[in-house]
Amino acid sequence: MTSPNTPTQVSDKFFSGKKHKLAVLRSLGNRALTILCCLLALLTLVPLFSLVFLVIKNGLPLLTWEVFSGLPPAAGLKGGGFGNAIQGTFIMVSMALVLAIPLGVLSAIYVNEYEPYSRLSNTVRFVAKLLTGIPSIMAGLFAYGVVVLAFGSFSAFAGAVALGILILPTILLTAEQALLGVQTAYREASYGLGATKFQTIVRVVFPEALPAIMTGIMLAVARAAGETAPVLFTALFSQYWLKFENLDSLVNQPVASLSVLIYNFSTVPFEYQLQLAWTASLVLLILVTIANVLGQLVFSKKP
Amino acid sequence: MSNDAVNPSPTAMHTAATSSQAQPRLDLLSVRDFSFYYGSKQALFEVSMDIPERQITALIGPSGCGKSTLLRNFNRMNELIDGTRCEGDISLLGRSIFDPALEVIALRRSIGMVFQKSNPFPKSIYENVVYGLRVSGEKRKSVLDEAVERSLRGAALWDEAKDRLSESAMGLSGGQMQRLCIARAIAVQPEVLLMDEPCSALDPIATVKIEELINELKREFTIVLVTHNMQQATRCSDRTAFFYLGKLIEYDETNRIFSNPREKQTEDYITGRFG
Repeated sequence: MTSPNTPTQVSDKFFSGKKHKLAVLRSLGNRALTILCCLLALLTLVPLFSLVFLVIKNGLPLLTWEVFSGLPPAAGLKGGGFGNAIQGTFIMVSMALVLAIPLGVLSAIYVNEYEPYSRLSNTVRFVAKLLTGIPSIMAGLFAYGVVVLAFGSFSAFAGAVALGILILPTILLTAEQALLGVQTAYREASYGLGATKFQTIVRVVFPEALPAIMTGIMLAVARAAGETAPVLFTALFSQYWLKFENLDSLVNQPVASLSVLIYNFSTVPFEYQLQLAWTASLVLLILVTIANVLGQLVFSKKP
Repeated sequence: MSNDAVNPSPTAMHTAATSSQAQPRLDLLSVRDFSFYYGSKQALFEVSMDIPERQITALIGPSGCGKSTLLRNFNRMNELIDGTRCEGDISLLGRSIFDPALEVIALRRSIGMVFQKSNPFPKSIYENVVYGLRVSGEKRKSVLDEAVERSLRGAALWDEAKDRLSESAMGLSGGQMQRLCIARAIAVQPEVLLMDEPCSALDPIATVKIEELINELKREFTIVLVTHNMQQATRCSDRTAFFYLGKLIEYDETNRIFSNPREKQTEDYITGRFG
């Protein structure tokens, strides 16, 4: 044989002897690692699924119309529900969004579209990133100090301020990323046709970024609806419905919320209250999921 | 560098005699000692050239030679990039485009641009075409409708698009998208059309269509065409400017550049010795 690489020789080289064993070992190692990664990925799903399973299993038995219409039972008593807590959570999350969305989205537009490299923009980005890491209880303490003490009462507004502070950085940072993700080609096309910066943002950039901005807002909704600590200090809790008479109703009385109800009832020694806490968790999970799906449906990109 | 006054080519004289009473300007766009910098990197070195009205001027040269940079200066698109600056002057119809009294928005309306990669907005075909009119405040439906038909006909897209004007532009083929971008650019009736390698992302058949279209558009518009493709320059353009390393090496009638270039660098490039 003259050529050193005839097929038989190549196969001899690779399928026998020491090298062959090495190749087999490598391929085994490769497979083992793939399986390991797969198992670990499954493992991360275990806590999630077991949580959802537990919430459904323990929450379903009491899930009747009564929990939506009734008021929380006093200690040791049975019956009733947590309609006022759903109402309170709904009011506070909505108000928090009303406060945080304009502030967050407009800041993101400034930071990404107008002055991306200015000192102010860098500061805003830095502070927003810092704020995502603050313990939620600090947002509660802040709102307590600023709103509760100023108005002299626990209130829905104070709760909304605390939640708003908490979700503002999430909304700002995701909105900035969403705007950053809009292709330069769209901006250039718009400027090339004689559009101003404002027209370009309103007509092209913002609509294109909207679905991703919505995703950030939905994350914020989920976070705000589930937070306990900030609400505990600001809205406290109430056994009654929030009766809306005028704007003062939002600042002069404590308000119930699902998260605080869950927190309260999960620490009491009464079976019915414990059950109700599970059901409240289930309702919270369902409401957040519905909000999420609706948000995605309404604002998703049309093909 | 051929910097002497541009002589009207026979074709230009012919066009002038048939389609317009006024003599076409030989310096519709005029570049004088124009240098351009990206930060500290100089991309253009004292370029001077005159671009004649209602002709096709091709800018050729290897990647990074500054041809696109010059093109993007005609409508001040480079201002959108941070840290750029320029020296010298460019004027449109005798008026400096850097004149502080001139609004950049008005400039971009009179100098339309078609980009390398077709970039229709994710809106309907109709909304794409009328975008330029809408941002300039036009609201009358009759005017918009008329502009859509005129522009789509002008871009040879009317027959394919007339029944689907309200459908998304994203459903068009690559070549159709690029023609839509041309329709969008001519909808505002600019003086000049800048085309930045408009066919480089298209297949040969779509390329032929766009080239035919460019030749048609020349009757109404002054066209500046950046191209990598030397055959395209010979097929489409009346005049050709060869750039190398940010300098204008040679600028002359296209057939002269390709048959009898004066500069050795031009000859080396068009014969494929480098680039």
